[in-house]
Amino acid sequence: MAVATGSSSCCKLAKPCAFTTSNSSQSPFKLKKFTASPAKSTSIRCTIARDPVVPMEAKKESDPAPWQRPDVFGRFGRFGGKFVPETLMYALSELESALHKLADDRDFQEELSGILRDYVGRETPLYFAERLTEHYRRPNGGGPHIYLKREDLNHTGAHKINNAVGQALLAKRLGKTRIIAETGAGQHGVATATVCARFGLQCIVYMGAQDMERQALNVFRMRLLGAEVRAVHSGTATLKDATSEAIRDWVTNVETTHYILGSVAGPHPYPMMVRDFHAVIGKETRRQALEKWGGKPDVLIACVGGGSNAMGLFHEFVNDKDVRLIGVEAAGFGLDSGKHAATLSKGEVGVLHGALSYLLQDEDGQIIEPHSISAGLDYPGVGPEHSFLKDEGRAEYYNVTDDEALEAFKRSSRLEGIIPALETAHALAYLEKLCPTLADGTKVVVNFSGRGDKDVQTAIKYLQV
Amino acid sequence: MAALKVTTSFVYLSNSHTHSRKSTLSRKRFTPMAATLTTTTVGLAETFTRLKKQGKVALIPCILAGDPDLSTTAKALKLLDSCGSDIIELGIPFCDPLGDGPVIQAASARSLARGTNFNAILSMLKDVVPQISCPISLFTYYNPIHKRGVENFMSTIRDVGIHGLMVPDIPLEETESLRKEAIKKKIEMVLFTGPTTPKDRMKAIAEASQGFVYLVSSVGVTGARTSVSDRVQTLINEIKESTTKAVAVGFGISKPEHVQQVAGWGADGVIIGSAAVKILGEAKSHQEGLRELEKFIKSLRFALP
Repeated sequence: MAVATGSSSCCKLAKPCAFTTSNSSQSPFKLKKFTASPAKSTSIRCTIARDPVVPMEAKKESDPAPWQRPDVFGRFGRFGGKFVPETLMYALSELESALHKLADDRDFQEELSGILRDYVGRETPLYFAERLTEHYRRPNGGGPHIYLKREDLNHTGAHKINNAVGQALLAKRLGKTRIIAETGAGQHGVATATVCARFGLQCIVYMGAQDMERQALNVFRMRLLGAEVRAVHSGTATLKDATSEAIRDWVTNVETTHYILGSVAGPHPYPMMVRDFHAVIGKETRRQALEKWGGKPDVLIACVGGGSNAMGLFHEFVNDKDVRLIGVEAAGFGLDSGKHAATLSKGEVGVLHGALSYLLQDEDGQIIEPHSISAGLDYPGVGPEHSFLKDEGRAEYYNVTDDEALEAFKRSSRLEGIIPALETAHALAYLEKLCPTLADGTKVVVNFSGRGDKDVQTAIKYLQV
Repeated sequence: MAALKVTTSFVYLSNSHTHSRKSTLSRKRFTPMAATLTTTTVGLAETFTRLKKQGKVALIPCILAGDPDLSTTAKALKLLDSCGSDIIELGIPFCDPLGDGPVIQAASARSLARGTNFNAILSMLKDVVPQISCPISLFTYYNPIHKRGVENFMSTIRDVGIHGLMVPDIPLEETESLRKEAIKKKIEMVLFTGPTTPKDRMKAIAEASQGFVYLVSSVGVTGARTSVSDRVQTLINEIKESTTKAVAVGFGISKPEHVQQVAGWGADGVIIGSAAVKILGEAKSHQEGLRELEKFIKSLRFALP
């Protein structure tokens, strides 16, 4: 696992200046100079930071190579950070220190690789989707080539397990025996329950009451695996509320408990850590692309809820400017309906669950209830690194409606015999809009983040098959 | 109205922004009102300085705006003031209060469900603050501040006479810009320290905190506990070794015994949140809630030096 330490480069991003504007289009590199007394500044630095802050020169163009992703303060540009109660600060810096050490720890890396190989079933195939490619073939015979990165073939049926395994091993290193997690669709909850069973850790999963209903199969699986599933009834009773409740549990039990956050959201070091545990997806893809067609992918597409599967695929390629990165969010009933979860299209910058990022909020800064047919995308925030990549123009973010996702759900099943998770179906749905615009022979890799067995009950309500 | 506070009188000066209205004067502990020109009510730090000279410990109740409704909040603020509170904390409801336990979560949800919004709270404060003699500190999560813009937020709350600000989800590292703006607008920004805070960090927090230092009594979210951990005594001593600023203890304090114990350990102030919020928010009627709140606060007042 390559852990971005962020502290070895000589070029540091200055701490973002005052949040004096709620306008979200401010470039992170146009920083106002503010004078902070150096003595004071050093005294409030995170305990592991070794270098003083140096204001960064304004960038004229977006060259990804020197970007600090994240910097020592856990910022991706202006996004990210650690916006949590004081009680959690020590646990976060403890986590960060542990990650730094593990980057060089061969035993840990080998143990992790071994589990990913023999228990999770990696590496996952990069599969040429012949019939989907045919579907997008133009009358003249040209069109893009569609490949699916089969994260659905992992143990537990989704990419989530990559991160769960890594964090469970980390928790053991930290001596924590109690694990908590939040879950939306249940896939991260199942992955966490799975690794806790594997490693003999106590497991408590917080899940929104509404989500428990629409993903009942996963609730059963978690309980079967030995986890306690706690229903969260507050707020919208979905992923956002489960996350808030998990954070409260962590605040209360921080001394004995490790919080396995399921996405690239939350306070630093979570966005970095979760991305790094999923980065194996992108690393494998690079190697497999080279083997299969002797080159790199041209376009990477992934669905975005919190953004973990997308970052897992994208991270490896962020510095390859010739690789296009596309994230697909949930438009629910449509962007104008007010019932969607398209944070990067309709959100504004704010603070939720510990990170500064785009989020769906009203004029008072209260979070707006999102909607998506897929529980895993039904989140009003998004990982801060995605917010950064969007603002930098390095990644593009679009969205598809519930109906379009359901169509793609059917299409993938019919044309390739692979039933996708409803979340994944959003990435597949975007191919409809994207493929007509792509040159012949463009290599498109879709992150097939999960399988759809868990979604058949939902699909039955909507689809005539 | 009984004058409950056995303090020396001090001059009540109305907020300069309300010079156009006739301020209702608090009938307790004040000498003739000075001309309503430029000065305002006393701030947090000054309140503590005054109390220390008198050998007294500050009583700091906390209620949530809009639960059960803003009109009751307005009455409760006046009530708390007249019952001997030294500082009042007013919570702004937020949809995802991740530092709060079930009582304040429920209160926030009820308040938001009623349609409470920041402008309505400001309106209420504009009306009520001139009638209150003790300083008020706002308690809010960071996103509502960020949404309005830090500078705008600080000006806005200053304009309605607020003295202090507490933001539970912003750690020391992220407070620099807020503190700068707060100082400019004469808002005292109170910072938190707690049992998991390493000593060096605690010192930095104490140094940067304005108004007083908020010592969180235990590892956890807000909510009444059966007892206050005696770790608090050690923590109070440690903080006092590094700063002369006042230290107020909060989280879990809900009984006169707690208040006495914490005061006995050397705290300069005690903060009562969930217990007060629960009384007000879960009462059968608004009037009963206010009555019970009065009884409760008075019982705490008597327990304190």
